[in-house]
Amino acid sequence: MFDDFFIRALVAGVGVAFVTGPLGCFVIWRRLSYFGDTLAHSALLGVTIAYSLEFNIALSVFIISSLIALILVQLQNRTNLPGDALLGLLAHSSLAVGLVVIGFLTFIRFDVMGLLFGDILAVTVDDLYIIWIGGALILLVLRLIWKGLFASTVNYELAEAEGLNPDRAKAIFTILMAAIIAISIKMVGLLLITGMLIIPAAMARNISDSPQKMIIYSIIGGLLSVIIGLFSSLEFNTPSGPSIIAAALFLFVISLFKIKQTIKLKN
Amino acid sequence: MGSNNNVLVKMNNAGYRHNDKWLVQGVSLSVERGKIVTLIGPNGSGKSTTAKIALGILKKIDGHVEKYTNKIGYVPQKISVDWTLPLRVYDFMILTENLDEKTIDEALSLTGVIHLKDKNLGNLSGGEFQRVLLARAISKKPELLVLDEPVQGVDFTGEIALYELIKKISDELNCGILLISHDLHTVMSATDHVVCLNGHVCCSGTPMDVAKNTEYKALFGEQASQILTRYEHKHDHVHTIEGEIKKN
Repeated sequence: MFDDFFIRALVAGVGVAFVTGPLGCFVIWRRLSYFGDTLAHSALLGVTIAYSLEFNIALSVFIISSLIALILVQLQNRTNLPGDALLGLLAHSSLAVGLVVIGFLTFIRFDVMGLLFGDILAVTVDDLYIIWIGGALILLVLRLIWKGLFASTVNYELAEAEGLNPDRAKAIFTILMAAIIAISIKMVGLLLITGMLIIPAAMARNISDSPQKMIIYSIIGGLLSVIIGLFSSLEFNTPSGPSIIAAALFLFVISLFKIKQTIKLKN
Repeated sequence: MGSNNNVLVKMNNAGYRHNDKWLVQGVSLSVERGKIVTLIGPNGSGKSTTAKIALGILKKIDGHVEKYTNKIGYVPQKISVDWTLPLRVYDFMILTENLDEKTIDEALSLTGVIHLKDKNLGNLSGGEFQRVLLARAISKKPELLVLDEPVQGVDFTGEIALYELIKKISDELNCGILLISHDLHTVMSATDHVVCLNGHVCCSGTPMDVAKNTEYKALFGEQASQILTRYEHKHDHVHTIEGEIKKN
């Protein structure tokens, strides 16, 4: 069944959407879009290291992204630079270093476009295992830290005062971010992973009135984006990542009309 | 202050420094089961900081704090909730602990905001939000309640009813309360122990002791002292939240 590249891509995309749905909501709630971007940019470095050392790509990306997150925390504590400047610094320098390393690896033929924008042809059966097992693990851990993470997202002091250990939840969440980037990089490409995280969640925000609903709609939005995106990618021979993101944007635009309706109803 | 098992939180010579400026220092106090300890003091005297030290929100502190309970309900003075979150009153009630519907309804009824249960938190008025905050803190039946100006923005009659409620809760749950209040009238009617802060503990004791203290008079003026002494009468009735008057 998984012989067909398109079925593989579809199964991979569905797995990714289940995980980006809830994580994307937290990215929006905690205002982490740019942070996600930074981790995704650093993923290129992870990929090149994986290639040069003949190492598993997902694992290598996961390690490098976590490392970048750690460096970010250190820089935040030790410099007086604002957070967004540090994020920009890390995002672009790790992307640049990644590209420079690619330049040195002349003995390997790199599909840079595929890395940046995703390539459905590249999804192997092994990738499916990584996505589904890794994704299930991410969701399980998210479930475990849910209370503390969500409470501290609403209000840090309440969470801390009432014993939910928000600092630990935040640290674990950062690792989950690195993990989702690692497992979805082949599908969506590193420039568009943040889009996969935030666009379905933003769509969901427009049409939901409770956190649970937002998460469910965000997952549904992600699934639809993957399915619509991949079919049109096949049909029009476009790169998979941009097609998925364009589909997500399409859903977001539709959700805007729903807002208009509710505002009218209220008046 | 002997160490007995009724103590819920104990601060010993605690202080907190931020950017080389002491916000508060040398605070020793303890909150016991069934007792209400009130912090009073002018703006910037370190009341909220003291509460945050007691709760363990502030980490790098001087001195010692020991918490003997994890069942804590907290009403912070300022709360900045990010409204990018779609959050109903109901979702907020189960923020730190899962509660059943009945418990939630009871708490919201007690503070008079049961009708707001499915409303979006971002659409509440200041006073309504304050009532929800208090309901959330008491709903989990905590052993220690820390209330940082819990009735700010609440209308006058509501204010009195809520203070009566706080007193009632302290009796019913037999929980300890650390209360921060500007309202000397209410402080005196219910409090067991008053700590008067001004960057450090300027005086402490029963409401009467504090009222007679010269430092307290210097800090709050002669009038405030009269308020305290005048409050030596007993109510023979209570006002419920629904506006009924009940005989004691």
